[in-house]
Amino acid sequence: MASYNTSEFRKGLKVQLDGDPYLMIECNFVKPGKGQALYKCKLRNLLRGTVIDRTYKSGDSIEAADVEEIEAQFLYRQQDQFVFMDNKTYEQYELSKELVDEAWKYLKEGMICSMTLFNGNPISVSPPNHVVLKIEYCEPGVRGNTATNVTKPCRMETGAEILCPAFVEMGEYIKVDTRTGEYIERVKE
Amino acid sequence: MTLTADFLPTASWENLRLRARLLAKVRQFFEARGFLEVETPLLSADTVVDRHLDPFAVPMPKQFSSPALPETMWLQTSPELGMKRLLAAGATAIYQVTRSFRQGESGPLHNPEFTLVEWYRVGDDVNSGMELLSDLCEWLLDRGPAERVSYAEAFESQTGLDPHQATVAELASRARELGITVPASLDAEDRDGWLDLLLAERVQPALGPRRPVIVYDYPASQAALARVRPGKPPVAERFELYVSGIELANGYHELTDPTELRLRNRTNNAWRRKAQKPTLPENSRLLAAMESGLPPATGVALGFDRVAMLAAGAKHLHEVMAFPIDRA
Repeated sequence: MASYNTSEFRKGLKVQLDGDPYLMIECNFVKPGKGQALYKCKLRNLLRGTVIDRTYKSGDSIEAADVEEIEAQFLYRQQDQFVFMDNKTYEQYELSKELVDEAWKYLKEGMICSMTLFNGNPISVSPPNHVVLKIEYCEPGVRGNTATNVTKPCRMETGAEILCPAFVEMGEYIKVDTRTGEYIERVKE
Repeated sequence: MTLTADFLPTASWENLRLRARLLAKVRQFFEARGFLEVETPLLSADTVVDRHLDPFAVPMPKQFSSPALPETMWLQTSPELGMKRLLAAGATAIYQVTRSFRQGESGPLHNPEFTLVEWYRVGDDVNSGMELLSDLCEWLLDRGPAERVSYAEAFESQTGLDPHQATVAELASRARELGITVPASLDAEDRDGWLDLLLAERVQPALGPRRPVIVYDYPASQAALARVRPGKPPVAERFELYVSGIELANGYHELTDPTELRLRNRTNNAWRRKAQKPTLPENSRLLAAMESGLPPATGVALGFDRVAMLAAGAKHLHEVMAFPIDRA
């Protein structure tokens, strides 16, 4: 198994600790002039999302993680299974609701997502940053109220509930930021 | 396709002008005190044998190599070997502004290639050496003369432990009590490693918040090329300047004893071998210089880029270097 020596440490490195894949999100080099060099790292667990601190001294190494990003097309949902297809190899992946996490709110058939594989198995999937969704149900719009700070919950075609300004109507399309889950603007489909 | 603009300097023109002014002030300072500016080789057959300094090895092409040249030469981690040879040859007060190279050192306060100001004066002891350093620091940064604190005092005030007496077990448990993330590979035999960890994490950041501080009397095990003063405990006649928690300079009342240098080189190489680092040549022309007689002197190396960084109020060396390593 390949490994990374401290001299190769940098932000963005994918490593393996206790069997879990981690992303190095920070690496600070500290060294008293004549003393031992230290690498103070922050690592994010790619399965759990938790962040840990680890300090290494020069000469230490960490096992590399076999992690890759692929483009995957969302095909369909079958109860709690979400089926995707690798756009290059046409290989299909079934992801559980737990793995798909918040992304289910934005998944429309045919949507191209970014999927992370660890040892060849999917561990997470992210939709594009911005998606357009149809409002399936909401209370009638308040005419004349164009303020965006008055909101109401709206149910999208995916089943997700998004807070939208009071003026939007059923059947309209809105653009949502998938990283924050927030309404951005009304759009014409 | 975005056009990359990485041919441009990372430092602003304002900071590059400040750098040039500081450089002129360095020369003014030493000229006024009768120091001779010297130049010594960047590429040398010799290199300092230190545990934690890794020089760049340069393979010498055969066509340029007469029998007198070794296969490998070294980019200098500091100009100390060359400058001490000049002292042995009769120099009394010399300074140099030069590039130095240290492999693997990269970060906000490190660049593998950097500028050192280094000076030596024959007859100086630790006190006069610290005085001269304090004067230069005041002249360049205008933050008043440096306070002085012993390594033991500085260490004890932040950790509650006596660095000369504390056991590894005590150092280790204090590190954990203080919430320091400890490298898993730091072992019980590496006492200096534990001292360095506590120093880097808790002691250094607290040094010189307003006024500069000079820390002196280092543990004898961290003497590098300083002489050790016998006593209880024996201490290395070594001192370092800190401003705002940043290490700016390192000075020695110089080791002049060739037997002791041989011993330290051997010990350091043994340590390097154990740490799976390449060993470094133990024989050098500095040894020959010491054999012929190195006069008692004190020498100091000052990190010029860091001085410029502090003067500019910058947080990263990139802000005061035209082309740091990733744009070099």
